[in-house]
Amino acid sequence: MSGGTVSRRRRFTVPDRAYRFALAAAAALFAALLVAFVTAMAIQAVPAFSTLGASFLWGTVWDPYHNIFGLLPFIVGTLETTAIALFLAVPIGIGTALALAYLVPNGLRAPLSTTVELLAAVPSVVYGLWGLVVVAPFFAVHVEPTLTSLFGWTGLFAGPNQGVGLLLAGVILFIMVLPTLVAISRDVLAAVPREQVEGAMAVGATRWQVLWRVVVPGARTGLLGAFTLATGRALGETVAVALVIGNSAHLATSLKANAATIPSLIVSSFGEATGTQLNVLFAAALVLLVVGIAVNALGRFFVRSVKRSGAASVAVA
Amino acid sequence: MSVTTLDPPEDPVLARRAAIQLAATSSLRRRKAYSTAGIWVCRAFLLIAVIPLLGVILYVVSKGLPAWNVDFFTQVTKPEGIPNGGIKNAIVGSLIIDGIAVAFSVPFGVVGGLFLAESDGRIAGGVRLMADVLTGVPSITIGIFGYIVWVKNVGSYSGLAGAFAISIVMIPVIMRAAETALRGVPGTLSEAALSLGARKFTIARRVVVPAALPGLITGVLLAVARGAGETAPLLFTAFGNQFLQTNPTKPMETMPHTIYTYSSQPYADLVQIAWGTALLLMLVILVLNVGSRLIAARLGRERG
Repeated sequence: MSGGTVSRRRRFTVPDRAYRFALAAAAALFAALLVAFVTAMAIQAVPAFSTLGASFLWGTVWDPYHNIFGLLPFIVGTLETTAIALFLAVPIGIGTALALAYLVPNGLRAPLSTTVELLAAVPSVVYGLWGLVVVAPFFAVHVEPTLTSLFGWTGLFAGPNQGVGLLLAGVILFIMVLPTLVAISRDVLAAVPREQVEGAMAVGATRWQVLWRVVVPGARTGLLGAFTLATGRALGETVAVALVIGNSAHLATSLKANAATIPSLIVSSFGEATGTQLNVLFAAALVLLVVGIAVNALGRFFVRSVKRSGAASVAVA
Repeated sequence: MSVTTLDPPEDPVLARRAAIQLAATSSLRRRKAYSTAGIWVCRAFLLIAVIPLLGVILYVVSKGLPAWNVDFFTQVTKPEGIPNGGIKNAIVGSLIIDGIAVAFSVPFGVVGGLFLAESDGRIAGGVRLMADVLTGVPSITIGIFGYIVWVKNVGSYSGLAGAFAISIVMIPVIMRAAETALRGVPGTLSEAALSLGARKFTIARRVVVPAALPGLITGVLLAVARGAGETAPLLFTAFGNQFLQTNPTKPMETMPHTIYTYSSQPYADLVQIAWGTALLLMLVILVLNVGSRLIAARLGRERG
């Protein structure tokens, strides 16, 4: 903006103290929003605890018609889908991030990284649609029979091949968390000080030894943060999981079984819930919110501590 | 590896050298084999990661494009069996809801970002952590919060309730992006303005915010992209509406909601509408993302 416009415009300004107050007010309002978020959910959840006691949190039966509300099948379902997603995401995420940070030719690095970041922006409902319409039939016809014949002896693949279910939900979650996971992991892996990498090469380490013994351990806090954030995303993912998990309130012991997670329970039954059931759903949302806040705070803490120390070591160099 | 041998030859020095060379060669061979294997595993993982992700995009394009015709954009959603259904109601609803959310989130987020950029210390650190945490909170809980705060009190589902929920998704994103952009403005600029006797508000309005504008626009575009793709916050706030609704105090259809409800329908024509909507939504979000990158890159170059 040039000086001319300044003189032509009507002068309008605010005293410093009022300006500072306005900024602080916006920040306070924002903080109040988060506090209100947790409080509102807690207030709505209280009736569930007062009528049912806390035991509904680990009850195993969910039968709204007889006013039996056990959340355990959904808590277990949430943990199971998240575990499947992480089981796949940890090795493949680290491998992909290492490849993107150190192994891909320079010309390919930027386009591949951008592609991965853009994929993080694909809406989750699109993954749900794709999972349900495209991947589920493929799973039912090809993947599940193969896995059953290979690993059926473990008992993890009992039941019919239906496509939708625990395994598909876990795999779709894995695909969904991958872009963000890879983007953060690549950043923290690339932030390992260059002199450490060069030092390892100078004493005769192979490329793999440099990556596995120097780069990965050097970035471990950041990687832990990346995986914690991915866990948060997997725990809370709603619509995609609701579309592909088959929504069954029974404890799943087979990877092919239909199951449900806390978010998918909320989505599928919130619309017609009334009375105690509604309060139980608020309590479920409260659990999800508190766990989500804790996991994200932890993940941010890890990632941030790396960025700070990484920046320091670069500055020293 | 030990270099002692069982029966020593005539020249112990030569023998030692040979043994060391042998040990070194085999160690190097082994380490190189591991290295090659490890690197190829990483490359294979990269491929495994890229295939499903590209698969999603290819499927959305190939299944979504056939759904696009004039009716798709000009007609409202129609029940199964009735031809020429479109998603005009969802497009209009998404535009209105996201528009209201942006109008509310941008000033809030930018002022919050100014606070974060101008303050260090525990309070600012706490607010910053809150913003980071809020970006990762399960989106369904944001929808439930919108339901409690808005729908329960007002008594009906509405576009405004949806816009409120989407704002909660957008505000922390804008705040953090604004902080980064505003911190990037050289301190010398605001110091020069201070030396001319400008007040802090004037400096923010006339110097810092204009200088940080590209970064701010980038952040806003990213926040819109994020908010526009969210489904879960809208389910129990904006709810959905099979008719065209432009009054934001009434329930409204949105594009993510159309995809969600139609994808699990057993009717091929409705699933096709879902694919077409997914393509449109993905294109919008892609354009917003790529646009934000281009703006950041271009204005960064001009300033640099």
